[in-house]
Amino acid sequence: MTAARTNRRRLGSRLAPYALILPGWLWLVIFFVVPAVSMLSVSTMTGNDLDGFKQTFHFGTYSQAWHDFHTQIVRSLLYGLIATAICVLIAYPVAYWIAFRGGKYKSSLLFLLLLPFFVSFVIRTQSWEFMLEDDGMVLRALRDLHLVGFMQDIGLVSDSGQILQTQVAVVGGLVYNFLPFAVLPIYVALERVEPALLEAAADLYASKPAAIRKVVLPLSLPGVFAAVLLTFVPASSDYVNSTILGGTNTTMIGNIIQTQYFTNLDYPTAASLSFILMGILLVGIFLYARALGTEDALAMAAAR
Amino acid sequence: MSESLPPELTPDLLRGLTSPRLNRRRFLQLGGLSALGVGLSACSIAGSKGSGGGLGGQAWRDEIAKFWANQKKQGHLDFANWPLYIDVKGNSHPSLDLFTKETGISVTYKEDISDNATYYGTKIAPALKAGQPIGPDIIVITNGFELTNLFLRDWLIPLDQNRMSNFYQYASDLAKDPAYDRGNVYTMPWQSGITGIGYNPKLIGHEIKGWNDLLDPKLSGKVGMFANNLDLPCAALCAIGVNPETSTPDDWNKAADWAKKQRTYVRKYYDQSYAGALARGDLWATMAWSGDIFLKQAENPDLKFVVPEEGGLIWTDNMCIPIHASHPLDAMTYMDWVYQPKIAAMLADYINYITPVSAAQQVFQKEAADATNDKDRAYYTNLANSPLIFPEPADFARLHRYPVIPADQVDAWNGLFEPIYQA
Repeated sequence: MTAARTNRRRLGSRLAPYALILPGWLWLVIFFVVPAVSMLSVSTMTGNDLDGFKQTFHFGTYSQAWHDFHTQIVRSLLYGLIATAICVLIAYPVAYWIAFRGGKYKSSLLFLLLLPFFVSFVIRTQSWEFMLEDDGMVLRALRDLHLVGFMQDIGLVSDSGQILQTQVAVVGGLVYNFLPFAVLPIYVALERVEPALLEAAADLYASKPAAIRKVVLPLSLPGVFAAVLLTFVPASSDYVNSTILGGTNTTMIGNIIQTQYFTNLDYPTAASLSFILMGILLVGIFLYARALGTEDALAMAAAR
Repeated sequence: MSESLPPELTPDLLRGLTSPRLNRRRFLQLGGLSALGVGLSACSIAGSKGSGGGLGGQAWRDEIAKFWANQKKQGHLDFANWPLYIDVKGNSHPSLDLFTKETGISVTYKEDISDNATYYGTKIAPALKAGQPIGPDIIVITNGFELTNLFLRDWLIPLDQNRMSNFYQYASDLAKDPAYDRGNVYTMPWQSGITGIGYNPKLIGHEIKGWNDLLDPKLSGKVGMFANNLDLPCAALCAIGVNPETSTPDDWNKAADWAKKQRTYVRKYYDQSYAGALARGDLWATMAWSGDIFLKQAENPDLKFVVPEEGGLIWTDNMCIPIHASHPLDAMTYMDWVYQPKIAAMLADYINYITPVSAAQQVFQKEAADATNDKDRAYYTNLANSPLIFPEPADFARLHRYPVIPADQVDAWNGLFEPIYQA
């Protein structure tokens, strides 16, 4: 009797963690695994919307899609990379400043950072259209300061004197829209760095820059890693910025997928393009994690 | 059976009703009896072609008559339309209020449609493929690929020709029996518009006459074109002197070459945002929809609109009833109701696109004659003479309709033109 009850209790306590994780797994299965598998299956179908699509395991769609649209895929990744690099470069000092110098204003500063999110993504991007237009405030200011020639030399203003409808506008829009996603994780990582560690570094005769380089930076790497993920992935697959701010040669892969899906009703091509993009992003992130040794950084962060 | 048909039905309309395309209808869909299979199953996606029984025109007409005979007025109607496409007064729409007062049918009006392809892809197709109603009883779709798709899939309820008395009495020639829907079997026009060129002569320094004026290196970076797979190709076809409606794949190649050549000077291929860019001077000349330029003239009086000398495009936004609609009879009542000249005038007064009821012009003339002050008189005279609402016959002569691209050539067409605006 007693033994059986103990066994049952032991069984219960052994199953408890699995029961607790069940909602998480169900969520993943319903909202990730099922859509991903059905999309994968669509990507190898052939047919058309009128007669229906049949599963033929036609992997040729992938090579055809790559052949037709590799320009836009490469361009999207490039825009995503540049935007992510700029985001991290801007976000790190901002996060550092808020974490170490924010004092009692920390939460207000973070709130200000998130304030633009109360306005829709599309509207925010559209307001850049007004600022960057040919006779808008940015170009007018540049003209008044006689900086247009210089900006043209360094490629920020096009030869015809435009910012809107150039690559600069699209990448700029991506940076603007995804910057908070870079600041927040870096801030969280920096926030956890004990100020005492900096004092200890100073006691050990480390200069201020050396202390940041050898103590703060390594400790904040998990935050940087998260920031890169959170900006690079959505920035590469974004289509709003290139639709609103872009010109004739700034089409990103998101725009192509949208056209394939809605205009051409070519679901296999749209699905295979999504998987090509997903594959490239996953491999890129994996290599990046290996190269940066971020697994160690993550383990370190977890151990603390 | 012709006794049951309205006397206005011309031989042309009858031909429309019995054209071969209609013989392959799947009738049961009318009553929503057939589900088209699950949309996204793991092993295949069901097709959506309305292929069915192969019954003749007469049987089909009986089926429609039976469907409509079973319908009852329910006192409510859901209407999905494009933004800024109906009269507005404060928070209400006077024409809809009047409709409710006269007929006892309340209307839920939503500005849900801002793009044919997106609306078709996100709202219509997923629901109807799964055999579910999409919600609205009336949707407004431009003649083009999406409307053709709705026809091919039997996703629209054929209209009750016996309940179209206002339509047959007042609809203008443009609205009656259009080539894309012979005999108005499925659609009644809401409004039409012209795709031409909007430009600012002050900035350019001269007038723009036609599409080929947009090949000017002096306009480099200041020309806008449309990012869609009908307006852009058809403009290019007009530019090379071909009527889009009768164009051949050979013409398409030449038109694509023209568009590629012109691409050098294009600032951007626009969706709806071109009008703002033109008004604020980012664009000097652009492909444009007639009504948009009229609206933007309030902001920038220098703007002009021209029907290009090589030919412009005329398109029609059509009211239609999707299958599985909950209130078909109420929808039918409304669609015919708006064809009364005074209602058409109410709408045209606000919308400023081409009204399908030319008698609205007389309503405006009468308003002008009855006006008690000069301001009102000038206002109504202006409306009555507006070439945007009532185009001149000379303009009509230069207007072409979009071609209906056969289903098996759509990929070729898209493959030619999409890479030009999405490079």
